[in-house]
Amino acid sequence: MNEERPLTQNIRSGQPPPDLAEYRRLGGYTALQKALRQSTPDDVLREVTASGLRGRGGAGFPTGQKWSFVPRGPNAPRLKYLVVNADEMEPGTFKDRLLLEGDPHQLIEGIIIGAFAIGANTSYIFLRAEYTYAFDLLSRALSEARTQGLLGRNILGSGFDLEVHLHGSAGRYICGEETALLNGLEGRRAIPRAKPPFPQGSGLWGRPTVVNNVETLCNVPHIVNRGAAWFRGLSLSEDGGTKIFGVSGRVKRPGAWELPLGTPAREILQEHAGGMRDGYGFRALLPGGASTEFLLDEHLDVPLDFGSLQKVGSRLGTGTMVVLDDHTCPVGMLRNLEHFFAQESCGWCTPCRDGLPWVERLLASIEAGEGQTQDLEILALHTGFLGPGKTFCALAPGAMEPLQSGLRYFRADFEHHIDEQRCPWR
Amino acid sequence: MTVTRIDIDGRSCEVTSGQNLLHACLSLGFDLPYFCWHPALGSVGACRQCAVKQFHDPADTRGRIVMACMTPAVDGMRVSIADPEARAFRAGVIEWLMTNHPHDCPVCEEGGECHLQDMTVMTGHIYRRYRFKKRTFRNQYLGPFLTHEMNRCIACYRCVRFYRDYAGGRDFNVFATHRNVYFGRHEDGVLESEFSGNLAEVCPTGVFDDKTLSASYNRKWDLRAAPSVCVHCGLGCNTTTNERSGHLRRILNRYHAAVNGYFLCDRGRFGYGFVNTERRVRRPRRGTAPVAAQEALRYVAERLGSGGVLGIGSPRASLEANFALRALVGPEHFHHGVSTADYRLMSLLLRILRTGAAPAACLRDAERSDAVLVLGEDVSNTAPRLALSLRQSVRGRSFEIADTLKIPRWQDEAVRNAGEAQRSPLFMATPSATRLDDAAARTFRAAPDDLARLGFAIAHQIDSTSPAVTDLASDLVPLAHEIATTLRTARRPLVVTGTGCGSTAILEAAANVAWALRRMGVAVALCPVVPECNSLGLAVMEGRPLPEAFAAVERGEVDTLIVLENDLFRRAGRPAVESCFKKVGHLVVIDHLLTETARAAEVLLPAATFAEADGTLVSNEGRAQRFFQVLVPEGEVRQSWRWLRDLTEAIGRPPEAPWRRLDDLTAACARALPALSAITAAAPPASYRVRGSKIRREPHRMSGRTAIHADRSIREPPPPQDPDTPFTFSMEGYYGPLPSALIPFFRVPSWNSVQSLNRFQEEIAGPLRGGDPGVRLIEPTSSAPPEYFGEIPPAFVTRPHESLFVPIQEIFGSEELSALAPAVAERVPEPYLVLGPEDAARLRAKDNGTVEVTLPGIACRLQVRVREDFPAGTAGFLTGLPETAAPPLPAWGTIEVRHE
Repeated sequence: MNEERPLTQNIRSGQPPPDLAEYRRLGGYTALQKALRQSTPDDVLREVTASGLRGRGGAGFPTGQKWSFVPRGPNAPRLKYLVVNADEMEPGTFKDRLLLEGDPHQLIEGIIIGAFAIGANTSYIFLRAEYTYAFDLLSRALSEARTQGLLGRNILGSGFDLEVHLHGSAGRYICGEETALLNGLEGRRAIPRAKPPFPQGSGLWGRPTVVNNVETLCNVPHIVNRGAAWFRGLSLSEDGGTKIFGVSGRVKRPGAWELPLGTPAREILQEHAGGMRDGYGFRALLPGGASTEFLLDEHLDVPLDFGSLQKVGSRLGTGTMVVLDDHTCPVGMLRNLEHFFAQESCGWCTPCRDGLPWVERLLASIEAGEGQTQDLEILALHTGFLGPGKTFCALAPGAMEPLQSGLRYFRADFEHHIDEQRCPWR
Repeated sequence: MTVTRIDIDGRSCEVTSGQNLLHACLSLGFDLPYFCWHPALGSVGACRQCAVKQFHDPADTRGRIVMACMTPAVDGMRVSIADPEARAFRAGVIEWLMTNHPHDCPVCEEGGECHLQDMTVMTGHIYRRYRFKKRTFRNQYLGPFLTHEMNRCIACYRCVRFYRDYAGGRDFNVFATHRNVYFGRHEDGVLESEFSGNLAEVCPTGVFDDKTLSASYNRKWDLRAAPSVCVHCGLGCNTTTNERSGHLRRILNRYHAAVNGYFLCDRGRFGYGFVNTERRVRRPRRGTAPVAAQEALRYVAERLGSGGVLGIGSPRASLEANFALRALVGPEHFHHGVSTADYRLMSLLLRILRTGAAPAACLRDAERSDAVLVLGEDVSNTAPRLALSLRQSVRGRSFEIADTLKIPRWQDEAVRNAGEAQRSPLFMATPSATRLDDAAARTFRAAPDDLARLGFAIAHQIDSTSPAVTDLASDLVPLAHEIATTLRTARRPLVVTGTGCGSTAILEAAANVAWALRRMGVAVALCPVVPECNSLGLAVMEGRPLPEAFAAVERGEVDTLIVLENDLFRRAGRPAVESCFKKVGHLVVIDHLLTETARAAEVLLPAATFAEADGTLVSNEGRAQRFFQVLVPEGEVRQSWRWLRDLTEAIGRPPEAPWRRLDDLTAACARALPALSAITAAAPPASYRVRGSKIRREPHRMSGRTAIHADRSIREPPPPQDPDTPFTFSMEGYYGPLPSALIPFFRVPSWNSVQSLNRFQEEIAGPLRGGDPGVRLIEPTSSAPPEYFGEIPPAFVTRPHESLFVPIQEIFGSEELSALAPAVAERVPEPYLVLGPEDAARLRAKDNGTVEVTLPGIACRLQVRVREDFPAGTAGFLTGLPETAAPPLPAWGTIEVRHE
């Protein structure tokens, strides 16, 4: 098995990230040289497609395919954009932060190569509002890159121009949805756009646009440098590469680790996170942020990759798991999650805007010992009516994933609450 | 657009390929509920109410839920509205909306015509399961036109999409997020957009309602209704009038595909209040004393028998009323009651239209133009609904971009995103900044003569055989070139001009541009803006100019002067009018308002307003349209034409065929004036019946019929008879499919709101069934364009001690009738004078300071408004206000600063 950890190889815990000189010394920007001087955009696209790289933001869309939808050639629009989704707001998720704070030049190199591949001359990094430390680090790194001719006109003498703008979000979860992000970037209300048209055809200011996650782009320099076959070899599954997995909850060592895609959850939980804290037992986990379905102990040996998790009814999501222990009320956990989703609904479509507050209030009512028998039916109805295709974007369907699986796995807990008119954990 | 077949619940249906399923289903007459979609605003997929089931292929039994408004119809597709899951989901959407919607229908003014009520009933949601608190909001004061009750909001986003995206307003928005989304202004205040009133119809429930109706509220089912035509500008927007207990209660938009579509301006919607004011003339008077009608008629008839008689007609009176006057006094004694300038301008405009070289554009044509030149007209103030259409025209470019990206044109937000900042060209050449400028590709400010010169130069650039402007300022050469090139390469260019500047040269220049394009084989249309609701109709009806009437009076040739629905102090200088009134033997005025002219009358006959009368008006595009009364004239109020008919008979000169009812008069007018021969076809005659019945003006649920007069008599009076129209004044009669000109109100079973309009159209957003109402009187001919106009005015030269006063208008204030409506009156500004910064500096006049103005025949004090790009050497004089009614502009005058 390939033991390499390309994404985090330069990251030293507790240390400031490598500056430009250090990043170069560690082998940085060689991929950029290779891409710009020895390759064509088509070469880069081919390599990334062949690598099997899938989007690391949560949906797992194949990156090469996404890029290929951008119109290219002489008749393509002159203005195109590459937008970096650094609005990491999924509950329990802090993997992009690690990359942003640990190795900003790796991201910048990925951006330049990505922009080169799709023919974009302008790029925006849309950064989560709270990531102020990353904002400073990125600003510094961008200005270093600009000073050294890695950004701006005629990069490395290749004739390729790129300007990268750093945009700090005003702070809404919905901005992580790529089209809401584009609206936000344009200064409009951050509400999602209807798809089709997809951003690759009509995105930022109506121009062809690719929106990629931070971790996705950070993989790109390594793919260019080492090749698609090497990248595939990093993984234990058919999806190429490593993944930054994270664990939060009552475990001994919460944290984030770069591991091969396909690493089973049990290994991460036991070996890397050190298992449950003493006195606490494992009940379930959300494998990839708040908007994925619960996994139980029986699922923990499933490889964590895009395909395998789908087979057990969940999703890889962001790959950062939230652990539910046996001292915590699952109804309370769900109430807390649904409060977040209801609060973060943009208010555009009816099911999300008015359905989620109902769900939240029902859960609060059940937790407070005021639940009624029909409440479970109404909750179940919402998991169906707030499903994909029925709502305008993926926020509400995501919000229903923990609820749907929660109703299935913790049915007895719900019934106890309603029967005894109290929360058994209190 | 190709036609394709799709399967809806097992029924094979013909639909337009690529059209969205909601549009298709509604066009086919299916009941499918919706909120956020609006035929003029397109689809955005926000409310999720129009969910249907779409099946993948014939074998698919599960299908998936899709939003009809966001799903294009493709050949052979199979969908279901009746599918149980789709039905349950649609009921679920209503259930969600109802979690916050107050159950205040009994006290909500939308009740009975509420789209949300209709859709709730349609989905079958009846039982409330949500047991938590509703969210509540604070409401805002939004000005005199609209009420605001945010708790009722179902967040369909229509209001903000109409106000901002469609109408270009900026002071209204959606705030906050999740279930707290709030639609309003950033703070309490008057809504700035002159289209704000449409929110009352755009809102599917009772968040925004008509405040003027609210002041004396009645339910839709308790309101008598009639089809009418707006009298507050020359565009001829179709309206519905609503009446109860003898009061006009509100104006609604009456859809006309070629004219106003779905929207009105606020002047048209809220200007009706003059009908109910104390300023109305209700009884005949002789001097200051009331007299009986017969007595008044006898007295006037005696005067008419002896001595010279002159008649002065009116551009705010119907063709029939004007024709009756013309017939009474004789064509050679009939005068147009308009200013000298307007007489000249309207005659010229009519001549230009009659050449047939460029067709007069309707508003739909304007909306579909791909390049527009506005020459010398502040359309936002003189013909507001046209400004709204021009604002849509600039979207043409984004539709083309959307086409290339295969984005359906109805997918509104996507089209707007794809066409970001790219617009079809609109060029605004006006003396003053306008509210349409933000949509323009380029704006140009100049004195009227310089605007005309730009027009002539553009025409010359298009066709070099048209007269050249020899000494055009060098900075204007590239502009003229740009505009010429743009118009010439357009497929459907439009030239908008009008009488607003008071300049014949501007009209001639605009005509030259249109004719030059025509000569180059370009399908250009001309959109003339005229000042009043029947300006063009009066122009068609030949008559003499007003000064000739004054001159005849001065010469002592006139014993009796009859003034029809006109305040001559708005038409000519005060000395001329006063002298005329003094010299004339007998002044007879027929009007519905106690104007200054009416006050001067020896005999005053109370006329009916548009709401109490029937008649024909000719709009700016030459469309003759019939309006029908909704009010029964009370007491001694009579329609003008009836007073005139009675006078004609009283002097023993009955017309060849007696005018028993309006149709007789309309027919006589059509016979006498070949140019008006088509007006009888503007609407079906009074004898029109459906299955032997007249059409009812009152809905079948009208209440209080026996109680409404009970304070006066407990006997139920017989309903008034209406010999002039095919309508009854009661709830007896037919209501169902009707000729498009005769639809009193829009309602069908289970669709009680204005959204029921869907059932009256051939296709959604298409013509009304049976074709749009009205008849165009001036159609283009195939003849070659006529000789170009060749009199190019010299360039404007400033004068050291004088300013050129040019007329400017305000939507609220410059029109006589609407300014008397209490709601509109709140929006009428104090009279003011506009100066450019150089002139203000030269005169040492400050913004908001006071100046004294001296013009030929007028001297007044005005407040100054300094506008950045107002042309140097000119001063903008706000016309039409009572204080500043009628100076003949443009004219030179002086300005002096008052130092307090």
